[in-house]
Amino acid sequence: MSGNWAWSVERQLASKRGAHLPLMEEILTQLESLGWDGRDYFGVQMALEESLANAIKHGNQCDESKVVDVQCKVSAERFWLRVEDEGEGFQPDHVADCTSEEGLEKLGGRGMMLIEAYMTSIEHNERGNCITLEKVRDDDEASED
Amino acid sequence: MSTFRRLNVNESGTVTVVTFADSKIINEDEIAELGQELYALVEGGKPKSMVLNFGSVEFLSSAALGKLISFEKKVRQSKSKLILTNIRPEIYEVFAITKLTKLFTIKDDEADALAVL
Repeated sequence: MSGNWAWSVERQLASKRGAHLPLMEEILTQLESLGWDGRDYFGVQMALEESLANAIKHGNQCDESKVVDVQCKVSAERFWLRVEDEGEGFQPDHVADCTSEEGLEKLGGRGMMLIEAYMTSIEHNERGNCITLEKVRDDDEASED
Repeated sequence: MSTFRRLNVNESGTVTVVTFADSKIINEDEIAELGQELYALVEGGKPKSMVLNFGSVEFLSSAALGKLISFEKKVRQSKSKLILTNIRPEIYEVFAITKLTKLFTIKDDEADALAVL
């Protein structure tokens, strides 16, 4: 597997709803041009949406005096993302289980579960305001191109 | 009938069949509008069974799932029925990961849904 990245970006996002969507499209366009498709592409799209929207809404509470720092690197085989907000941070173990019988109808908590399902690795810093994600493409999907 | 921007609504006998105008359900303002339009379908008038056809939907966020969960509750409270159909495999996996396949009734297509409503 190559350690070389084909494209990278660093950006500060305003903490208002939807501020992440143009950057997300920019990253997805790069992935498409690198041959990403199918479940891998879908999963990265999900991880981008959930991590960035979470940082804006729950991390910075849509406080426009705060920013979300985003770093992203992509190659034909790998996707790497670091998202840091200025919020107080959260402990991933404390997120309510929304797949339990009583939790099924609850509205939140699914974003992190989706990120975990699609990403190869996930790291949180100690404070809980910075998440680092990596996705290594499945061999069979990457070799179809 | 109200005008809808996020939904296309058709009546099939006693069943309301709904398709989505957006292929990506991701923008929060649009999700809020989508929720208002869905709620309008069950508020007022006599309750009808609902089919939500996801054939046009390529991506949806957890915020959109939250709105669908609220809608399901509203439909249930109105003593009506809700069936989701035409969900592509990537979207079905999102429902499976979040265990929402337990909350929603899901059928392959509209015909299958109409057969049991």
